Parts: sequence; C-alpha cells; structure tokens
Amino acid sequence: MKTEINPITGGANMARRSFLRYAGASAAAVAVMGTAASCSKNDPIFITPGGGTDIGSGDPGILNFAYALEQLEAAFYLQVVATPYSGISSIETAYLTDIRDHEVLHRDFFKAALGSKAIGTLTTDFSTINFSDRTSVLNAAKLLEDTGVQAYDGAGYLIKDAGYLTIAGKIVSVEARHAALISNLITPGSFVGSDQVDGDGLNKSATIAEVLAGANGFLKTKVSAVNYNYKP
Amino acid sequence: MNLFNIIDEIEKVDPEIHERLNPRRAAIKNITSFGSKVAVAAMPFALGTLFKKAYGQASSSVVEVLNFALTLEHLEAAFYNAGAAKTGLIPAGDTSYLNLIKRDENAHVNFLTTVITSLNGTPVGPATYDFTGGNNKGNGPFQDVLSNYATFLAVAQVLEDTGVRAYKGQAPNLIGNKDILTPALSIHAVEARHASAIRKLRHDLGHDANIKPYIVSTATLGNDTGVAAANNNYKGEENVTQGGVNLVSALKASVGVATASFDEPLTKDEVVALVIGSFIVTD
Repeated sequence: MKTEINPITGGANMARRSFLRYAGASAAAVAVMGTAASCSKNDPIFITPGGGTDIGSGDPGILNFAYALEQLEAAFYLQVVATPYSGISSIETAYLTDIRDHEVLHRDFFKAALGSKAIGTLTTDFSTINFSDRTSVLNAAKLLEDTGVQAYDGAGYLIKDAGYLTIAGKIVSVEARHAALISNLITPGSFVGSDQVDGDGLNKSATIAEVLAGANGFLKTKVSAVNYNYKP
Repeated sequence: MNLFNIIDEIEKVDPEIHERLNPRRAAIKNITSFGSKVAVAAMPFALGTLFKKAYGQASSSVVEVLNFALTLEHLEAAFYNAGAAKTGLIPAGDTSYLNLIKRDENAHVNFLTTVITSLNGTPVGPATYDFTGGNNKGNGPFQDVLSNYATFLAVAQVLEDTGVRAYKGQAPNLIGNKDILTPALSIHAVEARHASAIRKLRHDLGHDANIKPYIVSTATLGNDTGVAAANNNYKGEENVTQGGVNLVSALKASVGVATASFDEPLTKDEVVALVIGSFIVTD
C-alpha cells in the first residue's frame, strides 16, 4: 500500500487527509466562483487572446475537455491510416483502422452532444512524429491513449450529471482497451505497465492541467482551462 | 482555521450532520459556551473524529458499492489464483502475462478491503467459487475451465468484460466523490486493460480468429465471444444510441464501430444475476 498515491487509505490519518483535501477543494471552489463571476455568465467557451480555446466550465467544460482530446486522437489516427508506417502488418492495419474509427466517432459524438457549446475545430501539430516509423507512431499512440485514460479517470469526479458520467465511463474503458492494445503491440505483455498502473492495481489519473499541458504539445490551437487552473 | 466554517461545509455535504453526530453536537455547543477552553484544546482530535464519522456515515451507500466491487474482485482473484495453481493449465509462455492480471486482481482485493475498513465499513470476504458456473455442482457451462486452456481464457474474458460493465454501472452512485470515484474509475480502466489483453491473447492463440480487443456487437447480439452461455453478460452492448444521439443513423457509423466505441454498463442486479448462484456459490 502506497499512501502517497492513495491518501484515502492512510488509516488513522485518513480523516485528517480527507479534511485537508476537502478544505483545499472548498478554497478552489471559491476561487473558481470568483473567476466565473468576473466573466460573462452565459459563455461556456471563450476565445483566449492568443487564438486558443478554453474548455469553459461545468459539465460542458468537461465534455469539451474530452472533445479536445478526441479531436487530437482522431486527427492522429487519420494520419496514421492515411500514411501507414513502413513494415506495417495486416493485423496492425486492422487495429489502427478500428481505433481511428472509434476516435472519429468519439469526436463526432461530442460535437453532436455539445451542439452550440462545442469548442471549435482544433488545428494539430504532429511535427514531432515520424509517421513512416513504426516506433515513433506507436509511441505517440501510447502517449495519446494513456493520456486519454488518465484524463477521463482524473476528470470524472468533476462531472455533475449522471448521464454524462456514464457516457464518460463508456468511452474511457474503450480508451483503456486501446491503450492496452497499443502497449502490447510495442512490447507484448506491457498492457499494465508500471508507468500506468500502480502497486494497488489502479490506473494512474491526471488533472485537466496536466493533460492539457501534454496535449498542447500536439496542438497549434492551444487549449486552456482557466476554471481548472490551467493556461498554456 | 475556522471551525464553524468547516461545520458549515460538512453540512453542505451532509445536512443532517448534527443529527447523525449527537454526542458531538454537545461538543460543538460547548465550544461556544462554558466548555470552550477544553473543547478547543481537544479540537484537532475531535475534528478528525467528527469528519471521519461524518464521512463514514454519509458514505454507507459508498461502502455498499465498494463491497459489491470487492465481491467481484474476490471472484476474479480466486479465478486467476486457481488457474495459476493448476499444473499444466497455463502454458509456460503465457504465465507471466496472466500473472500480471492475477497480481492486479489480488491488489484490487487488498485495496478495496483497506478502503472499506478506513470508511468504518465491514469488507466482504471471499466466497466459495465454482468456475464452471455451476453453483458448486461443477456442471456449469464451463466444465473444463481448469483443464482446458481455451475455456479458461474464455471465462477470463467474460469475467473481465463483465467487471468493466459492473464498475461502469456503479459510477453514478459515486458521483462527485473524488476520493472514491477516482480510484473506482482507475480500477475500471485496469479491468478494461485486462479485457483487451485477454481478447488479444485469445486472438493470437487462434482460439477465436475474429475476436478484437474491444467488444464488436451486431445489431441484435451484444455478445461477440461466440460463447452462447455468456450472452447475458454482453446483453445491451448492441446499443448504438448515446446521449440521445443515434451513432448509426445520425453519425453514419457502422454498428460494429458504434458498439465497439462505447462499452455499456450493467446494473448491480444484473451483475448479481450473472455471477451469484453460478460462479459464486450460494446454498
């Protein structure tokens, strides 16, 4: 048991730790309310001065966060399938095509579900990826899938609506299936590697700020989340 | 720090905190009156206990959810432990692969047991299992589960996919609860990783040439495993409408893509019907 990873299991210290987290959350909530009050009340999204996009707040904000990631993943796999790496096998082509189709559908679903609250189309920047090289492509795929899982797991508690939470759950397990598959393609037997799964058998999770800081490395259109303490 | 703000905060989560914590109500009153010096001196301890009690009380349904999850983790852990213990069942080349899953399921048992205990709950223990699915008669649909590797992996796949669905179904019961929902989602993701890995293994071994790491349903059948006895474990996976959006008609996805892109939940009652009185033995 690693208490630094799972403070809720810290035995006698549990109440105190939970309290500290609780107090921190309350302070953050007040800060967010203060920020929100200074903005227009009805705008779930707004354009940041640098030409980027902010996810907004509330459930539409979390859904836009997911939508941003799905846009990124879809664009990546569209490129992967359009320009297959050298030496790609037929089964790898089949898997990567399947994943492309899933991510495109996730993207289109969020766009449809968000309607007028959806952020715009993001412009990607995959200049760091060598699409003709298997290792470069699969490592990028692993990064995107692992990040996707950590993002949904980490942001789940922020979702207020049970229906949206369930939909996020429906998607995250598919992302986890992808993540395990890609890991197994890179190194057989690495589907629950210690880089992603801790000693308690828990997948790691990440904050919105952590996820966007990474995702923006693949985006020309920078995504911010000012209500969740993140600006690029 | 301001104690009264804290109590107010707790009240927002649990409006009945004062009713739940009768003995503490006296302590709280004392702070404002003649006993204030004593109460303040004892505050760090009292506050910790107060919060722990409030948390524990408010989370009785949380403990229920966690015990439901623990029931499934005991089943999974026992399944992989039994498989590993059966000489000659798992080929040497696959031992380390399956041991990773065994490791995780046993870790989940330990983790959930610790969390439930820390919430003042009573963790459920292991039960008696019949991995043939025959409720201790050994004559269930998977009779050679511990002697035929293909059957063992088929049952593993069904258990993992069902586990994913079970956790997903419980998420709304933990809504907004960062301390519990996040680890629950984190276990959910690991079960999905296992499901993907078992499916790929079954494909690579030639046990099922068509199986994918994700569940690819048809319009009329959720189950993509070819194991008819597991049809109910996949019932509902054929759904193609998400959040009011029909993925096939509105977004032009094929049924296969639409169903593979979204995993479906199961309710607790559905899961109980699938595993108790079959894999988990009842009298």
